[in-house]
Amino acid sequence: MPGEKTQAQRMWRTFKRNRTALVGAIGVIVILLLAIFGPFFMPYDPIEQHLLDQLKPPSARFRFGTDVFGRDVLSRVILGTRFSLMVGLTSVMIAVVLGVPLGILAGYKGGLIDTGITRMVDILMSFPVLILGLMLRAAIGGGFIGLVLAIGIAITPRFIRLARGPTLSIKEKEYIESAKALGMSEVRLMFRHIMPNVMGDVAVMSTLWIALAIRLEANLSFIGIGIPPPTPSWGEMIRSGVDFLTNAPWISTIPGIFILFTVMSFNMIGDGIRDIIDPRLHQ
Amino acid sequence: MIGYIIRKILIAIPTIFVAVTIIFLMMRVIPGDPATAALGNYASESAVQALKERMGLNRPIYIQYFDYLKGLIQGDLGKSFVNRNPVAPLIRKVLPYTIDLTLSGILIGIILGIPLGIITAVKRNSMVDYIGRTLSLAGLSFPAFYSGLLLMLVFSVYLDLFPSIGGGDLNNVGDRLYHLVLPALNLGLIMTAYITRMTRSAMLEVIEQDYISTARAKGLNENTVIIKHALRNALISVITVIGLYVGILIAGSVMSEIIFSRPGLGKLLIGAMKSRDYNMMQSILVMITGIIVIVNLITDIAYSFCDPRIKYE
Repeated sequence: MPGEKTQAQRMWRTFKRNRTALVGAIGVIVILLLAIFGPFFMPYDPIEQHLLDQLKPPSARFRFGTDVFGRDVLSRVILGTRFSLMVGLTSVMIAVVLGVPLGILAGYKGGLIDTGITRMVDILMSFPVLILGLMLRAAIGGGFIGLVLAIGIAITPRFIRLARGPTLSIKEKEYIESAKALGMSEVRLMFRHIMPNVMGDVAVMSTLWIALAIRLEANLSFIGIGIPPPTPSWGEMIRSGVDFLTNAPWISTIPGIFILFTVMSFNMIGDGIRDIIDPRLHQ
Repeated sequence: MIGYIIRKILIAIPTIFVAVTIIFLMMRVIPGDPATAALGNYASESAVQALKERMGLNRPIYIQYFDYLKGLIQGDLGKSFVNRNPVAPLIRKVLPYTIDLTLSGILIGIILGIPLGIITAVKRNSMVDYIGRTLSLAGLSFPAFYSGLLLMLVFSVYLDLFPSIGGGDLNNVGDRLYHLVLPALNLGLIMTAYITRMTRSAMLEVIEQDYISTARAKGLNENTVIIKHALRNALISVITVIGLYVGILIAGSVMSEIIFSRPGLGKLLIGAMKSRDYNMMQSILVMITGIIVIVNLITDIAYSFCDPRIKYE
């Protein structure tokens, strides 16, 4: 549809003019490139221990210093980037797969199903996402899969709520009525006609919630219930450096800068998008 | 009005009930069994079975559930699975620390955040606005444990001004405050970021209203317009959102307690989680949920008092 295209173009133009969003997008691209290509350029094996080089400060040999096992902090931070982004993307994908159909179902069916799902979402969202993540992490257990499942399920209620809203208005549209009149099954109707129209909003908000997922992962890893060592994750690296804050502050501070940079970049894109969606608050 | 409040309370009760049920069920599906965790991996099977019997873990799950609910209504939170001490006194012991931290955190957030929000809104698109917005965005992006770590590095390790760990002696006000400074600042700065953003957008929305233009057209000076007309209305939504931030406040306090090794609900919760003390975990989670639901309820009611346009149907 030509009308839609111009609207998309208009949004893209606004996005490009929004400096916050643009800076955020550049930041995200940098982090993505680092996650994809960085591991090919790691100066050392991030897991290999060099016991003669424990707690070495940053130097030409070890750009970001070494940790208590003599492992190269730079190499670990690079691999941690890939790990954190993988957790962020996978868990948001899980949340989309679980949340969007439930949201559409609630919005489309209405009645008791809607009330039940909506009340459940309200209750789950009254838990702070960290607390929900903690509970789920304890209940699910396991390694990487358990971790992304816990984070994914913890943010699923947001996607349910997000998908339900537009479904309420889409289901009143004429083309849905006519599809129904043609005898199309409800499942097909929801997946073929409603879902594609909801996915735009979902894609937009996903960028914001990737930041949330990455931060949640960092928190869980920092508590010590993330991915088991020796896989480097930013949160776990910070935790391992806390005991050496006095004599080797680089172990904790450097991974933290990466978390901050990544989360802030995603948040800046999110801010830009919000400006576009709600131009009243726009400059 | 009274009907509205009663209805809100009636909605809050099932919410707490369902939340308690969710927490109870989640604690029961946790892999590994608390009796083995308490006795260690080398305990004999008969010892584990005996402890399970004593903990009541061999009973059908619905009986455990109803017992738990019955206890909860009577204010009995049960015993710790690890050291068999009653949970309630343990929670009571650390609760003042968490209350200190969360209250001072929100207070710092309000004291810094509301003026910052007003300034950035009034001076929209100026340098002040850009700096304020960037800082508050950074505040939203900081994981609470990392900002705490940086504060600790600067004020404890380098400047040696404040202690980096512990909560101080509860009976000694000076010591208590001295240990509170860094964790409270940490939580307070995070809350400042949220409250600044909220106040800014609430102010911007109000400033564009017709009655503000009218007030200006009447020739009122700008300060009167901002403070008497705009701020009063903007504060309504700010108050509400501050209430809704209780979740963020609690999550931030959990992480602050961990990084500063400070006694409190968060530290107790993580400790219980690591030692698989599910009953302790369950009790703390139920408490946190209760606090959130009650604060949300109060916020709702406060909002309806502040804004007479809210309909009570």
